[in-house]
Amino acid sequence: MFDLLFRALIGGLGVAAVAGPLGAFVVWRRMAYFGDTLAHSALLGVALGLLLDINLNLAVIVLCVGLALVLVTLQKKHIIATDTLLGILAHSSLSLGLVAVSFLDNIRIDLMAYLFGDLLAISQQDLFWIYGGGFLVLALLVAFWKPLLAVTVNEELAKVEGYPVEAIRLLLMLLVALVIAVAMKIVGVLLITSLMIIPAATARKLSRSPIQMASVASLIGCLAVSSGLYVSYQWDTPAGPSVVVCAAVLFLLAYSLPLGGKRRN
Amino acid sequence: MSEGANNALVSFDNIGIAFDGRTLLSDINMTIHKGEIVTLIGPNGSGKSTLIRTLLGLQQATSGRIQRHAQLRIGYMPQKLHIDPTLPLSVNHFLGLVKGVKKQDIPAVLTRLGINKLANKQVHFLSGGETQRVLLARALLNRPSLLVLDEPVQGVDVNGQIELYNLIASIRDELGCGVLMISHDLHLVMAKTDTVVCINQHVCCSGSPQHVKEHPEYQALFGVPGAEDSIAIYSHHHDHTHDEHGKVMPNDSHSHCNH
Repeated sequence: MFDLLFRALIGGLGVAAVAGPLGAFVVWRRMAYFGDTLAHSALLGVALGLLLDINLNLAVIVLCVGLALVLVTLQKKHIIATDTLLGILAHSSLSLGLVAVSFLDNIRIDLMAYLFGDLLAISQQDLFWIYGGGFLVLALLVAFWKPLLAVTVNEELAKVEGYPVEAIRLLLMLLVALVIAVAMKIVGVLLITSLMIIPAATARKLSRSPIQMASVASLIGCLAVSSGLYVSYQWDTPAGPSVVVCAAVLFLLAYSLPLGGKRRN
Repeated sequence: MSEGANNALVSFDNIGIAFDGRTLLSDINMTIHKGEIVTLIGPNGSGKSTLIRTLLGLQQATSGRIQRHAQLRIGYMPQKLHIDPTLPLSVNHFLGLVKGVKKQDIPAVLTRLGINKLANKQVHFLSGGETQRVLLARALLNRPSLLVLDEPVQGVDVNGQIELYNLIASIRDELGCGVLMISHDLHLVMAKTDTVVCINQHVCCSGSPQHVKEHPEYQALFGVPGAEDSIAIYSHHHDHTHDEHGKVMPNDSHSHCNH
């Protein structure tokens, strides 16, 4: 049991550490709904991965990136408002995923585990994916920190100054897709975005610079994972949702307690 | 090549822009030289911003071409700065985002613009005039040979506008750079500008400020009959002062009320 819990903790901390800084970008760029859409489509990736018998993480990454590209193309055509477009894609891809899963007669999959996460079923191989993917995401974030931030602050200024804006935007989507793929096991496709945006939103209250907000978001995410797992172990509650509830409690605490909220000057 | 062509920073050759089958601009010809201040004026929707966006590479021209000097570096000051309130960002951090800027270059520019005190201030708490100066600082940090300013005095009071215009003119003198700016207010720009280009989908007229002001097409666009009568400078002749709590203090006995 402790071995199981320990592995869950290590995996959860790895995901939270990466989801925090990326979540900051998601919050700054108002991409929360975009992240949700990608996450919902991840289930379709799982179904396709099982059907084609390829690595599930890989299938999810490929599908998320593909969907992100489709989204950008449709967005440019201005056919319909972006939030409507996201809503259509999010729910139709989730439904398509559920339909596809029902076709998998001879494979039994635990749907609940994919929807809400199953922290306690983390395998050795999952840990490798989490830490491999996580390290890649963090390395890219560090390497492209300045261009990513410049494009986030003002795309036009960034373009005039010579940043490759389109490429940077694409990189950010790729990073979000990667995080979704590795975080799916922990909190499930329906709750992934919360692990990105709640710690980041909490960190906003406590930070005065972008780097500070990104690192504080990591720490808060780790705190949420640890306390969520503890709650889950103590009261036998589902692990994924417990982590999200703890993150929400931390958010409420940060905004109701008079914590270093000196944002003036 | 003539002498003038050598110090030309940017030339627009017959630029035309259409969007969704609608013509926004046609046959735009204009040149900006080193050390020259060019002011672009025109009514709302006349295509001023579109023309500037084309120069900046943010939009494609449908016809014609833009010739740029080989060493052209543009410092761009956008009309507004919107930064999401969830992003904590000090002025120093904002300026540090300029591509290739060195941290140690920032204080000198802040000093030049008289905004040292703002270095650690969060960008969300800047006033209108402060924001314009910070944006100008960012444009300058790009080491420009051409400054492109989109309504640089927007949201700044009249005194602030005069200061800002003086500042821009003295920066032009120091750097010898060209300046291209958009304005919707002819009268305050006039003093420092070398050339005024009045556009409304096409170039209506261009030349020195005085020349443009007398041009019939300019007068048709901006010369509202009776403007002199309806707009005047109001000088305040107060018969009272305010105490430190904002209460009215009569100056003499025969003020509005006698109790």
